[in-house]
Order: sequence, then C-alpha cells, then structure tokens
Amino acid sequence: MMDLAIAFVIGVAFGAALERAGLGSARKLVGQFYLTDLTVFKVMFTAIVTAMLGTFWLARLGVIDLSQVYVPETFLAPQIAGGLVFGAGFALAGLCPGTSCVASASGRGDGLAVVGGMFTGVLITGLAFPLVRQFYDADGGRVWTLPQLLHLPYGVVVGLVVLVALAGFVLAGKIERRAPSTF
Amino acid sequence: MKYSDPYLAGIALGLVLLAAFVFAGRGLGASGAFATTASGAVAAVAPDYAKAHPYFGRYAAQPGGPWRDWLLFELAGVFVGGFVSARLAGRFKRTVERGAGTTVRSRLLLAGAGGSVMGVGAALARGCTSGQALTGGALLSVGSWGFMLMAFAGAYAVAPALRRVWR
Repeated sequence: MMDLAIAFVIGVAFGAALERAGLGSARKLVGQFYLTDLTVFKVMFTAIVTAMLGTFWLARLGVIDLSQVYVPETFLAPQIAGGLVFGAGFALAGLCPGTSCVASASGRGDGLAVVGGMFTGVLITGLAFPLVRQFYDADGGRVWTLPQLLHLPYGVVVGLVVLVALAGFVLAGKIERRAPSTF
Repeated sequence: MKYSDPYLAGIALGLVLLAAFVFAGRGLGASGAFATTASGAVAAVAPDYAKAHPYFGRYAAQPGGPWRDWLLFELAGVFVGGFVSARLAGRFKRTVERGAGTTVRSRLLLAGAGGSVMGVGAALARGCTSGQALTGGALLSVGSWGFMLMAFAGAYAVAPALRRVWR
C-alpha cells in the first residue's frame, strides 16, 4: 500500500509541475514545433539535468545506491522506430501522454481526445502484438548507458550533458527572440 | 495567471523525478499506465486470452493484478495534481484548444488520431516522454536518448503540415 501512496503523491507533484509550466496547454506546447515557444525544451532539459545531477551526487555521497534504481533497458531498433512514430503522433495531438492527462484535468476536451487515442493506440498494438513481437524484442534488451557507449566516466558524461543543455538554453533564447509572436 | 518560469518549473519537475528515484527506485511514467489499463480491460473481457497474451500478459500478471499498478496510481495523481494546480491558478477552462480557423470537430479528430499514433509509438518503444525521455534521459540510458532524439525528429517532420491547425 505504501508504495502506491508514494506513487500517487509523486504523481500529484508531477501533474502540478507540468501544469505550472504551462504544459497542460496544447497551444503552448506546439510552439516548440514551430519554434515560437521553447518551453517544452527548457522544462524537459532542466528537469533531466536536475534529476541527473541529483542522482549523480546522491550516489557519490552514498545517500542512494544506484543499483537499486531501475534504468530503462535499451532495445535500440524498436525505440528508434517507436520514437519516430511517437513524435509524429505528438505533433498531430499537440500533447504527449502525460501532458494530455494534465490538459484533460484542466478542462481541455482535446486533452481527453488524446487520452482516448492513447488508450486505443496501445490496445491496437497489443492486439496486433504477434505481428510486431519479433521487432519489439529485437536487440535483446539490456541496460546500456551513455558512459558505456562513449567509454567515458559517469561524471564526465554528466558534465557534458550539462554543457550541451546550457548551450541549448542559450540557443533557445536566441530562437525565441527572433521568432514571430504567432505561427 | 501567468505560467511559472520554464527553468523554475523544470527544476521542480526534476526534483519530482529525483524523489521518484530515491523513494520509489524508479522514475516517472505515463504510457505504461495506458498499457496497464488496456491489459486490465482485455483481462476483464477475456481473462484467459489476456493471461496467455505476450503483451497484455506482462501487465496483467503483476502482483495484485493490473489495477494495483504503480504507474496507474502515479497517473491518477497526475490528474489530481493537474486539476488542483489549474484551479488554484484560475486556468481551469472547459475548452478545446485550437487555431481560429479550426473547428472543434477537426481538432478533436486530430487529437484522437495523434493520441492513437503516439500509443503505437510508445508501446513499441516501451515508454513515452515521461518513462523514456525524462526518466531514461536523466539515467543516461542510450535507448532513451535515442527515443528522445527520434521523437523530436518525427514531430519536426510532421509539424509543418499541421501549422494551419493552430492559426
């Protein structure tokens, strides 16, 4: 029970953070794809950098044991293909799965339509699973991290991601200043 | 009321993600809860089919059944958190967001279609912007970063054709 209570509380904070950022609004979100409002990029990468640095330092200080944190396994081919398909759907919908729930909860009918669509898409994939199973399980699946890929220490990769994100934030500011106010 | 500064909101979101790592040993997610719901629905209609199914079976076989899933409770929280935050900020509004030249009907059709396409992509990739991009991104998973880059690529490839939806 305790774990489900924690799940709910974390969810509440997750939903509130997305809503505060404005990501419950499809209109604001799609600004990312027309380069008029880069909130999606800024929020996402600030969150990734924050959690990445927190994880790194808490592990280094011995507060958490990294081996106890579940790292999503890499199945490269289905993740690359699934990512492309997902991105196309994201641009069509104007919301992603998490933000569609926030949009629904803040009264947006388009959010509810995305929620219904997500359910349908997952259900269809499940029903058609025998057709895609081989591809779904291609590459076997293993925990594979950027430090392993690049043959660099964890701390160096963390530093590199921070640098790339900072460069991205500077660029995002420049793009927004040049962008027309409507698209 | 104005939205929060994106960097402050991003730090808050990152701390929520970090809290999930520390207190639950796992990150955030969204599409997984849809997969669990779909599995639970299939199991309710055809229990034997669901149990033996290579996709639905994985979700239905969780201890306590599909309705006691961690992500399901987390996503229920997302609805509550989004609702309370929108109410407090005076942003709760019954509307369908779209451009001035777009009908409610066509926006809803696009949203439903986009959601379905995302559902297929997320099912294939084993996650979405939350479970892959945010969670796997922060944990430096190669597949998650691949997913994130390709998701942006897919979105930027399709978005120009949809510009008039938002005009």
